[in-house]
Amino acid sequence: MEQIHFNQLKETLNHKTLPNGLKVYILEKKDFNKTYATFTTHYGSVDNHFVPLGKDDKVKVPDGIAHFLEHKLFEKEHGDVFQDFSKQGASANAFTTFNRTAYLFSTTGDVEKNLTTLIDFVQAPYFTEKTVEKEKGIIGQEIRMYDDNPDWRVYFGLIANMYKKHPVAIDIAGTVESIAKITKDDLYECYNTFYHPSNMLLFIVGPVDAEKIMDLVEKNQAGKDYSDQPPIERFFDEEPQEPANKKEVLHMPVQTPKCYMGYKEKRPQRSGRDLLVRELSINLLLEMMFGKSTKNYEKLYEEGLIDPSFSFDYTEEMGFGFSMIGGDTTDPDTFAERISEMVNEFKQQALNEEDLERARKKKIGSFLRALNSPEFIANQFTRYEFNDMNLFDVIPTFEELTVKQLQDALNDHFQDSQLTVCQVKKKQS
Amino acid sequence: MTLVDHHVADLPGMTLHTIETTKYKTTSLILQIKSPIAEEEVTKRALLPYVLQSGTERYSSSKELRGALDGLYGATLGVDLSKKGEYQIITLRMDVANEKFLSDNTPLLDRAFELLSQVFLKPAKENEAFLPRIVQKEKRSLKQQIESIYDDKMRYANKRLIEEMFEEEPYRFNVYGNEQEVDQITPETLYDYYQKVIKEDEIHLYAVGDVSKDALQELAKKHFVFPADRMEPKRTSSAGKQRVDEVKEVFEEQEVQQGKLHMGYRTYITYSDPEYLALQVFNGVFGGFSHSKLFMNVREKESLAYYAASRFESHKGIIFVMSGIETNNYEKTVKIINEQLEEIRNGNITDGELEQTKAMIRNQILETVDDSTGLVEVLYHEVVSRHKRTIEEWLEGIQNVTKEQIRDVSKKIQLDTIYFLKGRGE
Repeated sequence: MEQIHFNQLKETLNHKTLPNGLKVYILEKKDFNKTYATFTTHYGSVDNHFVPLGKDDKVKVPDGIAHFLEHKLFEKEHGDVFQDFSKQGASANAFTTFNRTAYLFSTTGDVEKNLTTLIDFVQAPYFTEKTVEKEKGIIGQEIRMYDDNPDWRVYFGLIANMYKKHPVAIDIAGTVESIAKITKDDLYECYNTFYHPSNMLLFIVGPVDAEKIMDLVEKNQAGKDYSDQPPIERFFDEEPQEPANKKEVLHMPVQTPKCYMGYKEKRPQRSGRDLLVRELSINLLLEMMFGKSTKNYEKLYEEGLIDPSFSFDYTEEMGFGFSMIGGDTTDPDTFAERISEMVNEFKQQALNEEDLERARKKKIGSFLRALNSPEFIANQFTRYEFNDMNLFDVIPTFEELTVKQLQDALNDHFQDSQLTVCQVKKKQS
Repeated sequence: MTLVDHHVADLPGMTLHTIETTKYKTTSLILQIKSPIAEEEVTKRALLPYVLQSGTERYSSSKELRGALDGLYGATLGVDLSKKGEYQIITLRMDVANEKFLSDNTPLLDRAFELLSQVFLKPAKENEAFLPRIVQKEKRSLKQQIESIYDDKMRYANKRLIEEMFEEEPYRFNVYGNEQEVDQITPETLYDYYQKVIKEDEIHLYAVGDVSKDALQELAKKHFVFPADRMEPKRTSSAGKQRVDEVKEVFEEQEVQQGKLHMGYRTYITYSDPEYLALQVFNGVFGGFSHSKLFMNVREKESLAYYAASRFESHKGIIFVMSGIETNNYEKTVKIINEQLEEIRNGNITDGELEQTKAMIRNQILETVDDSTGLVEVLYHEVVSRHKRTIEEWLEGIQNVTKEQIRDVSKKIQLDTIYFLKGRGE
């Protein structure tokens, strides 16, 4: 077992890659009551075009299938695994993102038993036509719930604006129509392709003994018969650099309109250190442009264009990337104009060193605060690892970012040609 | 060893709670300011924390104040409003990095205490009024926040249920106040109200982190200096009807894809009552978890919904049930929900359900106290209810709840109001 020490943070991470390819990470947190574990496959809603394991030809599967699979993996011949966890004093859950599906539990009781349940249930699929049909009603209501949520609609509406070919534009849960087509055979095909241990990562954080836990996982995996799997072939159609749509307006029964805008990344192919530098740079720049201590924030607030719902973020993963700025606003058109003016104005000035240092400190403090949460550590560590980055490099990387790196990111990312806007306006009834 | 190292000290003007722990990389300071919900004050009280966090004597604009916080390694300042029983509570929270984890060793905690105390006790003002430009901005923002409840249909349906169910009680007011009253507030009237708050409200400061209690006490004494004429805080007793004669059914139509069903029950049991623990287990069997009767029957058996759950309010003694369903499944869903309560009244609780529920509640309590916000929330129950229950007593009490006690509790519970937000044209 390898031990990685992060001295400044006073943390030690234990790691091992098992013979079947599974990556296991354990972080001891002796003061906590809770142990949190995630078992994640590098497979999400965008992986809808691939060569199934053991086949020669690529297939396209129905929208929403990764999320559907996530729901169905909990059901077994003996019943629902949720119940097994709660009998063992753990609460289980799962979520699907664009490129990950994570299964998780938290417990203050029997960690070893619950961990075994987690690994075993994810590694033993049981899909039948009957249970697949039953789930369509439940997921149908989940989709409807999000359809009524204007924050969700405007966020995903903005992403859909950006992408013409890339499946990130498709709703993670699919649509009522697309999930109607899903069969148990589709689920097995996706499962067999994407749930091999070599495509997965297990993270455990809590008051555990790392050696004992590693031993348990190793024995568990040694008892299962996995043959080596060739690399998964995933296909993505070529995506144009510019956004597919410059503007979209959704009409919904709301009292306060919403406006989100974002810059589509031209070359979202980074990974490892390049990606880390990129993400942190753009996030730092956004903080310098629109953080609460900036002139811009003050002006926008005074002009009545923003309220506390205002936020911004940058994210990038293999094949897609974007910044986004938005929130509730009484005047979505003026909001869009003002934000884009402010970005252009910021680009024309030299970066102010004092503002940079302040934003840097703020970002470092926020990251430390986030590390209070075992959930944050496990989920984000996994996301970083799948993109060949290390979560614990965030603080040193923030400290090292140079004015030149920031200037380059600023000029490269924030271009008018890449800008797109999505608004929710009041439906006239 | 106890689960939480909680010390309480009475300082002039406020009570200090210190919790020493090495769990976190930051130190949290949480100020809880409590007063009974009052019709003529509810909107002013909602506006006040937003005005306070917008400027101090020294940093007279939000921009300057935020700049000072950023300089302290991104110390965060946040405000929150909540309703607990008959009280409307203002929370001011500051969270600051523990210097131990930084390569730079500037002392941050002293400055954080100072800033938080200034936000509360030395606000930006001129003469005997808040700054008009701040008040005006925050009035607009508050109105927008009140409006945005309408846009989130789950929150909207919950707000409407509460308005209907507590028509005659102060609890009906939303914690953000009334939109129509915002315009009437002036920098002067708000400042007058603020004077009353610092003189009359019950104030508790919680400090959680890897810092000794003596050091925390020194800092609190040094920075929190209250006016000398502080009064004894006001208490109020629970006001509410004691019997439901007829279930009230309220329907509303909007252009939504999914109907939102919200049901309100009176339990007549609050945090300080001996049956409180049995009520908590009842709620777990009924709808608190994914093994509960509501989830198993409404979702798993009938595929009517994605969510079907219940939750309870500890100080008002009420239970809310909520589920998102197709509009034409209204009657079917209400019937199934009623049947689940009836099952418990008839004593139909399996050993498995009981044990699972207890294990989940135990887990929930222990997990909650791992998080500083959750921990303070738990400890603050004692302040609101004036009833002491340590975490250890709580855990043990849950373990001892019997099926008979749950059945007795279920017989006291009465459905009061059903609110249904339905889709149009179905």
